[in-house]
Amino acid sequence: MKIKFTLNGEKVEVDTSPNTTLLDMLRRQLGIKSVKRGCERGECGACTVLMDGKPVYSCLILAPKVDGREIITIEYLSKNGELHEIQKAFIEAGAVQCGFCTSAFILTAYSLLNQNPKPSRKEIVKALEGILCRCTGYVKIIDAIDRVIEQKYKVKQ
Amino acid sequence: MASFYIIPKLNYYKPRTLKEALALINSLQNFKLIAGGTDLVVDLKTGRIKVESIIDISSLNELQYIKINEKEIKIGAATILQEICENKALREEIPALTEAIESMGSWHVRNIATIGGNLCNASPAADTAPPLLILNAKLKLESIQGKRIVPIEKFFHGPRQTELKKNEILTEIVIPKPPKNTGMNFLKLGRRNAFTLSVVGVATLVSVKNRVFKDVRIALNAIAPTPIRAYKTESALKKQKVDLKIIEEKVKIVTEEIKPISDVRASAKYRKEMAIVLTRDSIIQSLRRIGLILEEKA
Repeated sequence: MKIKFTLNGEKVEVDTSPNTTLLDMLRRQLGIKSVKRGCERGECGACTVLMDGKPVYSCLILAPKVDGREIITIEYLSKNGELHEIQKAFIEAGAVQCGFCTSAFILTAYSLLNQNPKPSRKEIVKALEGILCRCTGYVKIIDAIDRVIEQKYKVKQ
Repeated sequence: MASFYIIPKLNYYKPRTLKEALALINSLQNFKLIAGGTDLVVDLKTGRIKVESIIDISSLNELQYIKINEKEIKIGAATILQEICENKALREEIPALTEAIESMGSWHVRNIATIGGNLCNASPAADTAPPLLILNAKLKLESIQGKRIVPIEKFFHGPRQTELKKNEILTEIVIPKPPKNTGMNFLKLGRRNAFTLSVVGVATLVSVKNRVFKDVRIALNAIAPTPIRAYKTESALKKQKVDLKIIEEKVKIVTEEIKPISDVRASAKYRKEMAIVLTRDSIIQSLRRIGLILEEKA
């Protein structure tokens, strides 16, 4: 079956099947390997993408559901070779170790900050609770997001 | 890297209207309706559920709404959990439902999972059930033959078994507005914060007149084959003085009404103990919502 959707701002048409997950469609049919295959059952969060702007687990979504929707993966965030401010903050704060969960955290943070530009630390933690990281202990990830908020509002003042 | 799970071949249907969906389920055999799919897709992967066809009702706008009038609140069955969570009027009117949903899954799951899906999946640990039970919610079930309204108490028949006939769809949850000056709350004990399945979940609703319980409603999940109302405990508390000692004494009755099992998350004995503690705590929280603060004396 053919489905049409917007992937990272571009319209795509894919011939896929109903027993294919969005995760498999992205990785195998569209070659987007930044979307990680972790637990495959909606527990680890490594396969996070944004669907219509909201973070979701691509391993729990069957491909046809995406028809007519908008999907964003980490590739969308950097523009003209320059990293997005959240990506920069992750590097500066040392929020990346093995990197397997990093795209998921950054996409989730991107969606959170779009919806709520100045979240509290508690709100950040709540938003991120659906992604596992086995390296960092989460503190530096939360610090990185805090850093984005701080820098933004310092610049503005 | 290969997938660990392979979903067997499926026929996929995406009806454009509810009417189309109802006609489809009337004629098809061996199908499952899919809304959010956060439970079903895992079940398809593990083989716990095997079907020939799935019918995607997640984009039926007719089933996605929150309507509030003077008497009742109506929620379309395919309404996404996160939308219910973020609805300020619902948090104001029926905070126990908001609290229950906040405790479910993670933001990622709540962004696609639906309230109707949680009910129809009929897990004994369904977290939307206790708040809807204390609110005396009614469920609208539709088929090509027509509609019927079922009180939520009659909806759950057992683990994963519901009142729904093969050709029916749960279309709406109707919640009568609780009277003014009622306090309600939902508490859940899990093994961790995010994604946790309830070890015990409790919703309570109270109203008080002259420091005496006028109404008490208690519902629990994960402690019986289905989510339940604890009527005995409720009547034991009604007409009693609002007093911590009395509450602590009466909530013990809850163990007579529940039939917990031992599983990977907790033993039956632990669930019984915790059902008492959580019922007490939830009542205290509900009382707090109507301005009654009980001092705990150590």
